[in-house]
Amino acid sequence: MKEYQNVRWKGYLRQDGRKGIRNKLLVVYTVECSSHVAKEIARRIDSSDVDVVGFDGCCDNEYAVRLLLALIRHPNVGGVLAVGLGCEYVQPKHLAEKALEAGKPAQWFFVQEHGGTEPSIEYGMQQARLLLEELRQTPVVPMGFSDLVVGAECGGSDYTSGLAGNVVVGRFYDKLVDLNGTAVFEEIVEAVGLKDLLVQRAADDCAREQLAYTYDKALEYCKSVRQYSVSPGNFAGGLSSIEEKSMGAVIKSGSRPISGVIKVSQQPPKNGLWLLDSTPDPYWMGFGYTNPNDNEGLMDLISCGCQLVFLVTGRGNIVGSAVAPVYKITGNSGTFHRMSGDMDFNAGPVLSGEVTLEQLCQNLCDEVIRVCSGKPTNAEKLGHKEYFIPYKYQEKEVVVKRECE
Amino acid sequence: MTEQAVFQIDQADNVATALQALVPGAAAAHGDPSQPSVAVTEEIPAGHKLALRDIAPGENIVKYGVVIGCATKEIKTGQWVHLHNMKSLYDARSSSMDVVTGAPTDTHYE
Repeated sequence: MKEYQNVRWKGYLRQDGRKGIRNKLLVVYTVECSSHVAKEIARRIDSSDVDVVGFDGCCDNEYAVRLLLALIRHPNVGGVLAVGLGCEYVQPKHLAEKALEAGKPAQWFFVQEHGGTEPSIEYGMQQARLLLEELRQTPVVPMGFSDLVVGAECGGSDYTSGLAGNVVVGRFYDKLVDLNGTAVFEEIVEAVGLKDLLVQRAADDCAREQLAYTYDKALEYCKSVRQYSVSPGNFAGGLSSIEEKSMGAVIKSGSRPISGVIKVSQQPPKNGLWLLDSTPDPYWMGFGYTNPNDNEGLMDLISCGCQLVFLVTGRGNIVGSAVAPVYKITGNSGTFHRMSGDMDFNAGPVLSGEVTLEQLCQNLCDEVIRVCSGKPTNAEKLGHKEYFIPYKYQEKEVVVKRECE
Repeated sequence: MTEQAVFQIDQADNVATALQALVPGAAAAHGDPSQPSVAVTEEIPAGHKLALRDIAPGENIVKYGVVIGCATKEIKTGQWVHLHNMKSLYDARSSSMDVVTGAPTDTHYE
């Protein structure tokens, strides 16, 4: 433990004091209609330091704009190029201005004002190259575990996720919190049946209220749509109830006190362990969907400032993400060997007793240091940079917060 | 053949998880087991649960040291524990799913 306290790697310092483990140029499109131009700019520049995200919708959605801004302000992002069509709600100029306010070089343009597709791609590439030049000036500073925010998500789960993959993440989270770092877990709809257990772990009264409120909201959602977050594949794989799946998911939060609940795009107010509530809030359009896919969950975690995200996958999901490296952990040794080009870490040996959980956790800590120091994850090597930003309605922060403060 | 095994997470658990497809006979218990081995009495698929002791109808099913549902029938030590003999305390629909495929049986799709 002590040796990890003094470990330092090189981080990229941002104006707000946060540090990134990557230094990316983020190309952002503001509507589906400008997505081709944005993607072409990134494809032709062909640099691992250029990522693309965007919002498809032409109608206004405050949640989506907030999420784009959170990604623009993300510590792994050093510069921004916003690409708009010219008639949509989301304003590329606004995005670029907010990036500049955050101390990041930024440019924006409308495709309609730059001669259409091909001239816009040419113009965008010029701007992108200039921005990449500017990124080289980013101050590099020592960074350690206390500067790190890690998120974890599980997807493509099988029975090993709750026995090994999520268990080793939970052990790592305990270590990260003890090192004064920050850990974020989500999937409150996969905590059904565990209200008492979550509430008991609250760090204080405010956290207790937030956890109870968030749990009740998720349960109300599940009841009202008569659908719990458990699928035929889960049952076929041996899970018999949502409670069982929930416990296998919540175990990745480890055992430390929960500091409170944050919403999508909200930074944890202080270091420690936080629950991210990514579920929609009740609204006139109804709840909407929750958990549309794993990339949405990863993006939500990243929007809270996670520089690194774990994806725990027993069956073997292959995705990565824009903005932050995705590190894939499986508890299934068969999956690890069958998909060795995709999986980063095998937690399976703990099931047969070949290694102890503590040893496995140390190996994971060492791997985290390597990835933070620049070693690409398999998803990065393969060019996986998926993202998913849906229409959603969500409050900026947990509503009960105002009452309990 | 490698020795077949189950994984018990918490000493308080009355079920353990099959680490491979189990056949009747002895299985070693890994994890934090309350006993070194258990007698399997029927075929159980990998990843599914086995009863570590006799469980009465209505009694809680405990895994991870927490309640994950309750028994709907009498379950004997060494038997398979799944949708056919246990149910969620929350999700009324799940115990109607097909016990092998997990597919819904309550909705007639076109």
